[in-house]
Amino acid sequence: MAADNSVLLGLVEEFVSGQVDSKAAETSTGVKNGQFTILQLVEALGVSLSSSQPQTRGRGVQLLSQVLQECYSSLSEREVEVLLAFYENRLKDHYVIIPHVLQGLKALTKCSVLPPGSAVSVLKSIFQDIHVQSLMLAERSCVYNILISLMESKEEELKGLGADFIFGFVQSVDGERDPRNLLLAFQVARNIIQRGYDLGKFVEELFEVMSCYFPIDFSPPPSDPRGITQEELVLSLRAVLTGTSQFAEFLLPLIIEKLDSDIQSAKVDSLQTLFVSCVQVSQTASERVESAGLSALSALVSCLSRSVLNSDSEDVLQVFLSLVLKDCQHHLCEPDLKLVWPSAKLLQAAAGASYRASLIVSAAIIPALLEQYNNRTQCAHRRTLLEVLQGFVQPTALSRPDSVLVAFQQSLCGVVFSALTESSAGLQVTATRVLSALGQQPGLMAQTDVEKAVDHLSRLILEEDDPKLSSAVVECSGSLAHLHPKAFISRLIPRLKEEILSGQSDAAVRQRCVTALASVSSLPSVVQESAPVLLQVCGFSVEEVAAVCISLQKIAEHARDSEEIGRFFHDIIIPHLLGLCLQAALQTRDAGQPSERKKQHLWDSTCHSFTSPQVEIPEIDRLLLQLEDLSCTCTHLFSFTSAAKCFAGLVNKRPAGTHRIYLLPQSHALNFVISVELENTSSAQRTQAFTLLLWVSKALLLRYHPLSTALTDQLFALLSDPALGSQAADGFGVLMSDCLDVLNRGCHADVRIMYRQRFFAENSTKLVQGFNSAEQVKVNELLPLLLEALSCADQAVQLSTLSCLQPVLLEPPEALRNQLEALFSRLLALTTSPAMKVRIASLQCVHALSRLPEHTVLPFRARVLKALAVPLDDKKRLVRKEAVAARAEWFLLGSPGGR
Amino acid sequence: MSGGTRLENANPLIFQRSGERLLTATDEDEDVADPIDDREIFDILSKSINDPEHPLSLEELNVVEQMRVNVNDRESMVSVEFTPTIPHCSMATLIGLSIKVKLLRSLPDRFKVSLVSSQTHLINKQLADKERVAAALENSQLLEVVNQCLSTRTM
Repeated sequence: MAADNSVLLGLVEEFVSGQVDSKAAETSTGVKNGQFTILQLVEALGVSLSSSQPQTRGRGVQLLSQVLQECYSSLSEREVEVLLAFYENRLKDHYVIIPHVLQGLKALTKCSVLPPGSAVSVLKSIFQDIHVQSLMLAERSCVYNILISLMESKEEELKGLGADFIFGFVQSVDGERDPRNLLLAFQVARNIIQRGYDLGKFVEELFEVMSCYFPIDFSPPPSDPRGITQEELVLSLRAVLTGTSQFAEFLLPLIIEKLDSDIQSAKVDSLQTLFVSCVQVSQTASERVESAGLSALSALVSCLSRSVLNSDSEDVLQVFLSLVLKDCQHHLCEPDLKLVWPSAKLLQAAAGASYRASLIVSAAIIPALLEQYNNRTQCAHRRTLLEVLQGFVQPTALSRPDSVLVAFQQSLCGVVFSALTESSAGLQVTATRVLSALGQQPGLMAQTDVEKAVDHLSRLILEEDDPKLSSAVVECSGSLAHLHPKAFISRLIPRLKEEILSGQSDAAVRQRCVTALASVSSLPSVVQESAPVLLQVCGFSVEEVAAVCISLQKIAEHARDSEEIGRFFHDIIIPHLLGLCLQAALQTRDAGQPSERKKQHLWDSTCHSFTSPQVEIPEIDRLLLQLEDLSCTCTHLFSFTSAAKCFAGLVNKRPAGTHRIYLLPQSHALNFVISVELENTSSAQRTQAFTLLLWVSKALLLRYHPLSTALTDQLFALLSDPALGSQAADGFGVLMSDCLDVLNRGCHADVRIMYRQRFFAENSTKLVQGFNSAEQVKVNELLPLLLEALSCADQAVQLSTLSCLQPVLLEPPEALRNQLEALFSRLLALTTSPAMKVRIASLQCVHALSRLPEHTVLPFRARVLKALAVPLDDKKRLVRKEAVAARAEWFLLGSPGGR
Repeated sequence: MSGGTRLENANPLIFQRSGERLLTATDEDEDVADPIDDREIFDILSKSINDPEHPLSLEELNVVEQMRVNVNDRESMVSVEFTPTIPHCSMATLIGLSIKVKLLRSLPDRFKVSLVSSQTHLINKQLADKERVAAALENSQLLEVVNQCLSTRTM
């Protein structure tokens, strides 16, 4: 033992002081075969390790480290713990020692018996005491190797360090230049990303420190012993950059920027990285990133499509797309179809970029999809595949008639028809969508196919009661009927008609038939067949009549511009509907709610069908009478309002120049009824009478009829009515605004231009009076009207409004305070009006506004002062006088010594 | 002389006010341009500025007279000569400032105003100095007094 000791001391002595390097190997052999223990070695090294000479200490540590590298596997946990503590401590020592310390640590971290907590403490010491990038190449490599081995053995502990670990790594690697070390660093980064370390807030930092190498440009020196290739570096960096979706938002801009690079290899690298990242990104949840990625891809493809080809060069687009296809195609064939959607989106983005690209992609993908579809048996899978297929079949702006799809026409139709007969509603819905996509492109469906499709659709309408499926079928029929009317006329309509008239089917089926008929009726030839069938349904229940009316209304709305359909409606449909109307109106009151609704729809459809004033309405007087009666007596809000509107719509269109009695056949009676009802404050029908009054006033006002004055006067009188006052105020809004369902130009109503201006010119005084006398609530309603009168172009209207407004402003109602902004902008605009009187009146109003409570008008002071500087230089003295007076007051407002 | 401040001019001579300017037919004619004239400026100054000591207008105190107001609309020039109520009145500066401010607020930008007191050159110099006028109006106490002079009496 003593001899061993002296041998060991000799070896140490020769290594440390004698600088004989070979002694290290001898020592390790001794330790390995049990001649000495590590403890003995440390004891023997004692003197040199505690020497005051850094070189001596360094030599000592070097020996220990070299021995450890040979025999780290035989160490006990206790020994490792002590040694680690020693080495960590040495990291703080002189710089000549550090390389040996790191070698030692590298050896120790490979131990399988690392004590718990040691990994964390080693890393902390390294990150804290060492500036990695100022070390030599080999030492840096040591650090990376330490990281790699610790990540292998102590993953849990490192994850516990959280973002500190990421930060430490980012700091150590920042600035690394050597390709050998970079490979190690990329490996560490890849481990971090792939093993789910928490990047915390250092996502961007980690990305930055890695992405600065992208794209890699490396040409190995001729005599490189390690044989690192550019390829190796590129691949491992790409694995890092595309490793996590957290990088996506930084990566895409980077790639797009690098795509502009002039260096060929950089471009290629960017493209390939983009491609890998697209596949990765598509799997993530972030839609924004995904769509950015997809649009990048499609931009790229369209760019490549435009590239000019030399006669001898390879087609870049072809090459790129074959890369894309190679990567995506197998996803379409995988049994679980997990990556089908991401791949499909990528392919569709590529295909949508240019016509040539779509040819290449479709030619490759569609047969694969069709084959897949036929191989699968599960409905869910088939549906997914069909949905993907739909994406490729869907017509786009790029589609041309000689589409590549023509070649697959047979099999596409076959697949769709087979899907339509499946039992899954979802699959059928998708199939109808594909069908309409196919139908919209010429040449994709032969005549027999169309007929087959129509038969399928009819069958689905009659048999399937799933609401989603029915609406999809109806939609599909609508779009196909527009292109293939003949097939629908000869097949679908007769079949539905037969079903409806058989009387055996239940209400739901008839309902579906009615909806389908309405949706296919977009062309005159179809309407001529379908509308009579619809009319025949009217014999059934109230709900069905209502449904039929809605359908007719839809057809009428659709065909607003088609003269042929209009004439058809005029000749056939309207008389029929009017008959129904009268019939329904005559049966009034005793029927309950449903019949009210039916009437409502009847009114609507008649209103819509009045395509022109030339359409003569048979028995109009009787109709008017019924409408008037209904609007005055009915208690159902919707019904009496609609009746009043209809009445108004008809009155508006009565030929001009007729005697007032003819214009309003019952006008004396009407006035009488309205007056009686309105005067009798306890009458239950006052609201109805008011509604009728309002709509008739509007009808007459629009066409400048002399009677309108009397009627609007009545409305003004109602402003002070306790019960109807606020409705009357609202009513003025109705008078002045455009109505969507009746009395507009779209309904061919007689609407004179400037009717609003005329109304204001005649009535602004009354409005302001109403304004003064009315209660707060009504003032709120009237104010916007006054403001509108101010912005009206007619100077007379402006003047009368202003002169009415000025006294109001002296004692402003509360409601005005909320409208100041609008009031100021209109008044100030008028101070430069071409009419002198308007300028004066508006300046007086602005003057009056300065007396409003300071806090309400102070915000406008600067604006008013600036605006009033203009009329100070007015050419008329009287205007200048008002401007000077008003401006003086506004200067005093909010100024010390002012008010 | 205890309590309350002593008026410098406790009993001023009061002059008669001129009547309202008579409207002419051209005044209401849209197409005729009315140039800014002496009377117009005189009306602005005489009617709406009060003596700080008395509830009287400048016209009534004979501080401004129409014949001493000269306006040239075409050349954008206004010159006003004013006479403080008593010689060397300490209120003269204030009256001058008030007139100046009133003209600034009432005249279009293009006008150049020259304001002259018939008595002291010092005041004339102060009033001609744009920056001094601006600085005076930054002083909120001074502004307060000026605004009081410019407040219309009948509210």
